[in-house]
Amino acid sequence: MAPAGASKAATLRDRLGYYFPTIAIAVGVILAWEILVVVFDIQQFLLPKPSSIFGEFMHQVNLWLAPGERSILFESSGATFWEAFGGFIIGCGGGVLVALITSRWTIVSEATMPFAIAANSVPIIAFAPIMNNWFGITNPASKMAIVAIIVFFPTMINTVRGLTLVDLSQLELMRSYAAAPRDILLKLRIPNALPYMFSAFRVASALSLIGAVVAEFFGGPRATLGVYITQEASAFDFAKAWTAIMMASIIGITFYLLVLYLERRLMPWHVSFRVAG
Amino acid sequence: MATASRDIAIAARGINKIFNPGSDEEVIALQDINLEVEAGEFISLIGPSGCGKSTLMRLVGDLLQPSSGELLVNGKSPQQSRLDREYGMVFQAATLYEWRSVTKNVQLPLEVMGYSSDERQLRAQAMLDMVELGAFANHFPWQLSGGMQQRVSIARALAFDPSVLLMDEPFGALDEFTRERMNLELLKIWDQTGKTIIFVTHSISEAVFLSNRIVVMSPRPGRITEIVENTLPYPRDFNTRSDPAYIQLVARVRDLLRDAIASDAAQDRGEA
Repeated sequence: MAPAGASKAATLRDRLGYYFPTIAIAVGVILAWEILVVVFDIQQFLLPKPSSIFGEFMHQVNLWLAPGERSILFESSGATFWEAFGGFIIGCGGGVLVALITSRWTIVSEATMPFAIAANSVPIIAFAPIMNNWFGITNPASKMAIVAIIVFFPTMINTVRGLTLVDLSQLELMRSYAAAPRDILLKLRIPNALPYMFSAFRVASALSLIGAVVAEFFGGPRATLGVYITQEASAFDFAKAWTAIMMASIIGITFYLLVLYLERRLMPWHVSFRVAG
Repeated sequence: MATASRDIAIAARGINKIFNPGSDEEVIALQDINLEVEAGEFISLIGPSGCGKSTLMRLVGDLLQPSSGELLVNGKSPQQSRLDREYGMVFQAATLYEWRSVTKNVQLPLEVMGYSSDERQLRAQAMLDMVELGAFANHFPWQLSGGMQQRVSIARALAFDPSVLLMDEPFGALDEFTRERMNLELLKIWDQTGKTIIFVTHSISEAVFLSNRIVVMSPRPGRITEIVENTLPYPRDFNTRSDPAYIQLVARVRDLLRDAIASDAAQDRGEA
């Protein structure tokens, strides 16, 4: 029992030691920010102090917890999260599905890939006003649509690559087993595509939040982060705008970590997770 | 008639294989190949690169189709034999599926062929025990050495009890010491299972050590120069390599290969 406890403490200390530089840098940057704002007497509307951003954040937490009150910040965060998440699921799901269908016929996937790659270089966000027009400016579907289109192409391209870039010997092995196409897909092509898919999902997780917030800059319901940021900024309430930016960052990082966690669960065998011993 | 066709595992008559026929890059990979392999025989195909030894193996395994000639495996077309799951294949790279554990890799062909879960586990364990990797069933391929990976690949090829084992330079990527150990293990497995083995290699000592007959091939066009009988008795072991008869055979095969390479070089000079 004692050794187990001791080794647990040791690993905790190891981990703290491992993360210490990161934490130190974060704390250092925030401290420097606070000091610089005070020392150079930087105006609140240019750059608020971290302490006042945090104060505003705690104020919103209190509003959120108080019965009968509402926190627009947290409502906005929730709404934007769902737009990003919904768009992510639709876009990535669609990308994987289309990839699976097109890779079934090499000709189709070879014919569609150039278009997908071209579409991937288009600034999809420019379509935001069009989507507002199609789905309604206050309808979350207009933001989800933007997010879905943004994440669709990288997901599709990567999945097609993963499904088609299969080691020739591994395919020949399946051929020697007289394997059905279904077995080749399920037991070889899809597992082979997983790392490609997850690298797309990781990019998509960041893109989806950017897509949602920027799409909201073009207009949306009051309680969304993009609208919140633009409105508070134009009202010169920069502490509020910064709390919204902070919330967007937290959601983005959480989203990314969620994808990373899923990746580790679904493909623990992958090179990137191998540890010595 | 039935007995006659059972004795001959592989029969090739007048096989030609031409890649890109009619184009500038036309290559006569194999020309007029005639070969009969008895069931349970261990045959090595040896020759310099470009002699078509791998191509010949792939024709037998129905990974390629001959341009002309007749090829029968167990009295059937190679395609029919493949559909009947008569081929176990081992490549130079172990080609294990990295997302599968060792036992799951061995079970892969069994899954594809619809064996029950109990049967799969039983067979996989038996095969892994045979290649002396029983304790590594739940490891992942990257945790094993190259030689161990190749042993898993052999276990996988044998799991569904195919009648013919096709091996394409299976130990080519291993160091000399591991390779000699693998040779001994392969002979033991061959003895236990009685499979017909077609073994492609570019190592003379390996070919002589392992096989009943050595098919010496030469390039441009790929053809059989000579088929060398190897009457060294089995079981063969480390001492076999110091047997004068073995050394003589190695020298003989080397001479044959030297002729093949010399004529190839002459062609090079002629073309240049």
